[in-house]
Amino acid sequence: MNVFRKLGKAATMLGAIVVPMIVLLAAPWWLVAASVAAFAAWMALTRAGRQAVSITRVGIATITQRLGSSAVVVVGIAGVVGVLVALLAMAAGFEATLKQTGTDDTAIVLRAGAQTENNSIVDHDSAQIVSQAPQVLKNSQGQPIASPELVVVASLPKRGTGLTANVELRGVGERAWDLRPNVKITDGRKFQPGLRELIAGKSAHEQFAGLDVGSSLKLNGQLWTVVGIFDSEDSHNSEIWADTAVVGTTYRRGSSTTSVNVRLVDAGSFDAFKAALASDPRLQVDVMTTRDYYNRQSETLTSEIRILGTTVALIMAIGAVFGALNTMYAAVSARAREIATLRAIGFRGAPVIVSVLLETTLLAVVGGAIGATLTWAIFDNYTASTLGTNFSQVVFSFNVSPLLLWSGLKWALAIGFVGGLFPAMRAARMPVTEGLREL
Amino acid sequence: MKYFHLIWAALFRRKTRTLFTLFSVLAAFLLFGLLDSVRSAFAVGSSSVAAAERLITVSKISFTLALPKSLLARIQAVPGVADVTYANWFGGIYQDPKNFFPSQAVADNFLDLYPEWELAPDQRKAFHDIRTGAVVGATLAEKFHWKVGDKIPLQATIFPQKDNSNTWTFDVVGIYHVADPNLRGQENNFFFKWDYFDEARQFGNGTVGWYVVKLADRNRADQVAEAIDALSADSDHETKTESEQAFMAAMMGQFADIGLIVGTIMGAVFFTLVLLTGNTMAQAVRERIPELAVLKTLGFTSRTVLGLVLGESVLLLVLGGVAGLGLAGVVVSAVRTSLPAMGPTSPMVPVGQAIWLRGLGLMVLTGLVVGALPALKGMRLRIVDALSGH
Amino acid sequence: MGAVVEIRDLSKVYERGKQRVEVLHHVDLDIEEGDFVALMGPSGSGKSTLLNLIGGLDSPTGGTVAVAGKRIDKLSEDALANWRASNVGFVFQFYNLLPMLSAQKNVELPLLLTRLSAAQRKRHASTALELVGLADRAAHKPSELSGGQQQRVAIARAIVSDPTLLVGDEPTGDLDRQSAVEILTLLRELNRDHGKTIIMVTHDPKAAEYALRTLHLDKGTLVETEGSATRERSEALRA
Repeated sequence: MNVFRKLGKAATMLGAIVVPMIVLLAAPWWLVAASVAAFAAWMALTRAGRQAVSITRVGIATITQRLGSSAVVVVGIAGVVGVLVALLAMAAGFEATLKQTGTDDTAIVLRAGAQTENNSIVDHDSAQIVSQAPQVLKNSQGQPIASPELVVVASLPKRGTGLTANVELRGVGERAWDLRPNVKITDGRKFQPGLRELIAGKSAHEQFAGLDVGSSLKLNGQLWTVVGIFDSEDSHNSEIWADTAVVGTTYRRGSSTTSVNVRLVDAGSFDAFKAALASDPRLQVDVMTTRDYYNRQSETLTSEIRILGTTVALIMAIGAVFGALNTMYAAVSARAREIATLRAIGFRGAPVIVSVLLETTLLAVVGGAIGATLTWAIFDNYTASTLGTNFSQVVFSFNVSPLLLWSGLKWALAIGFVGGLFPAMRAARMPVTEGLREL
Repeated sequence: MKYFHLIWAALFRRKTRTLFTLFSVLAAFLLFGLLDSVRSAFAVGSSSVAAAERLITVSKISFTLALPKSLLARIQAVPGVADVTYANWFGGIYQDPKNFFPSQAVADNFLDLYPEWELAPDQRKAFHDIRTGAVVGATLAEKFHWKVGDKIPLQATIFPQKDNSNTWTFDVVGIYHVADPNLRGQENNFFFKWDYFDEARQFGNGTVGWYVVKLADRNRADQVAEAIDALSADSDHETKTESEQAFMAAMMGQFADIGLIVGTIMGAVFFTLVLLTGNTMAQAVRERIPELAVLKTLGFTSRTVLGLVLGESVLLLVLGGVAGLGLAGVVVSAVRTSLPAMGPTSPMVPVGQAIWLRGLGLMVLTGLVVGALPALKGMRLRIVDALSGH
Repeated sequence: MGAVVEIRDLSKVYERGKQRVEVLHHVDLDIEEGDFVALMGPSGSGKSTLLNLIGGLDSPTGGTVAVAGKRIDKLSEDALANWRASNVGFVFQFYNLLPMLSAQKNVELPLLLTRLSAAQRKRHASTALELVGLADRAAHKPSELSGGQQQRVAIARAIVSDPTLLVGDEPTGDLDRQSAVEILTLLRELNRDHGKTIIMVTHDPKAAEYALRTLHLDKGTLVETEGSATRERSEALRA
């Protein structure tokens, strides 16, 4: 029975520590900021507040005696914040790359039921019908801005490792440049329609060997030449582009493509566009805005990384809290005599509690700052690539944003607060006489 | 041994401090168990004996490109090839895209090359005989409550039928089981007959997705692979043949360097752990120098004192570590039963022998590292000085 | 009976930084088996140092120490440890019990160094506790015992492996008058009824009266040995 009671006590203790921490972590930023401001005011303006500050000063001054255990708090929290921010930055970077690829006024048309471009087949006639829809914007020459695109996969060796990986080859139609005005040629020139020429996206060029301007590569037994590099500032940078018709021949697709990408008259005409295609008996297609399409591509992976990051950080945080508890209990014990003397003199309980909390929180903030800074220094704009939904590499950069750094700091505060709370309460409740006798 | 009681009592001298430290160790090894489970799933290092005898042949350009079926006879004729089969990715959806599981159209003899998948002989025969027959993995059947004889419709995402319909209906004729718990993730596949697939599909007829080759002698893998690729050199369907293991590893490798991510996180975790437990041990020993001195006066040798302190730090790590790994095992089981399986393997491997061995090794190593300095201090203490309080 | 402790020309020098402090100067001493010796002297006289050298806790700078015929002055640390395990029992001023172990387990500690089984260890410890009159407190932790009781447990621990010598450094230094008397009576009993050889350092003349003879140390030299005169007086007191 004793074992169960002990387990029960341990479980309650665990709960009393984990629950407040999670509540703090979930608090919105303005609440936290407001609380900090209010607290600072209390410290400066009230007598109890000023007492707390002076006690804390003494505590901080003696930290050199407790360097080892103080380091435990700082390093533990630095680890939590570092890992959390790094993983969240990975997710944010991947999401951003994909999210900015789509807009509300362009749409993508796939075969009904296909979830992604490389599962889809749109025959030539259907592509024509789609581009004739009235909601499709026409360019200055009166041609509909519709690009039938053929997405296939090519295998190329990666720079550095030399291991082959997949890169997305997108055959684009003639109107592709009108469709995507954000695309700039940064080196070389555009490919000539009808020729076996291709241009490489900036990231693809950085990731893979053999994509320099002027190099040749063999695709499906045929020789192609790289004639330029482009920058589209979105996930298309991980692709290589060529003329749809020529890609179709090389990959023996005839005249079919995998999708039709169109620019609509405006974002408002999407619903009409979708309805028009749905009601056409000759077509079996799925229609969505490109924003919608690319959002979906990033959803699964992004949420997986975020769940991973939060879970790992939470477990590390629990470990860090117990480390902080140990440190602060020891700190309080070591200064039991001082604390008792202060209280005998007339300092009330509250300033003592606050001073312990302050000390722990300060250690936590230092740890959080170290972790955040390290992660920012190492990982901000760190380029990585992973398998996109088209079974080819998508390049993205880690994005260590200020918001993320603030999240990390919030975690540090939460851990510091919880880690200091119980020792603080113990310090305040320690009987004065017992404390004075402590050796 | 007889000193265990002494070590245990020493460890729990300051109950609260030890308990808190144990919780931190628990957290560290909980993470280790979870992350190592994920890393092992992506490592695909260990696979069955049968896998070592198989080669995979895909299009050199990309495994998403089809190969002509005519290659079958030519591959069969290559010396060193014991058997060949083929398959095509289907990618069907059952009711909801969230229910995703892999589905493939396979040759009649496909399952013969995968002896690690156990199928009753009468079910095997039924697969040969019934045109619309499908063999599904036990995990899948359990999840959707399928039985032999059920009609299952799948929605095609890539291959519509000739009449433009996306709905393909199959008859469940067999359910296969995987004995090896490490490979249990392979029990979630859906196989149906390639003949039916090729007959009814709208395009791509006469092509297959990939070939699977069984080697007569696994030591000749490289030569056989080269010979197979030579068959299609300089054609419009160049092939790339490699061992099944290499193929899987390359696939996983493209996803992410999971090993690096996991390694970095665990590095941070263990650095903190060493600091934390090291600090606890240092404090504990510092407080107990007089007691260690007393033990020496009683006749305990310096080496014994060293051993007692090391024993204490190892015990600290092992107690917390075993609790953490045990918890990880529970969590991984729970996650694996509720998560849909992805591809050939699940994203998490059960916390089995390999992970436990690595974990225990880490516990002992960390315990020794953390206890080393305090133990040396205890060993070297001078009795007279320690007793008089120096 | 031959002398169980034979000390010849014993010196001990401590080096504190650049300073050399000679704590013991050329001490000669014999202690017979069954003797109960009290070592007295002002603070800094070297009495604790002498005790430590007799008990094998330290090694001399010069001279020899032999206990039961065996020279211990030149033994290595490990050899000394082994020697201590079966030859000396220590009793300290502040008891030095392990706080996380029960009285029983504390007394069993020296027996962990022997090849006795767990059951045998338990029996020996129980016997020792009975001898000091604390059999009913065997399961108590030191924090649950009074000062006098703790010291009795320490004595039980000191005798449990039946050592050649029982050595005490101010054993009553931290006890009140009544507990001190109890402890000293116990020691005398062990000496008189069980023949234990006891060497005790003390600053309390009243405690020294329980011994059979008293030695005085001053500035590292044996100044005075009160011989039979003290013995006779003690016997008169006991009568």
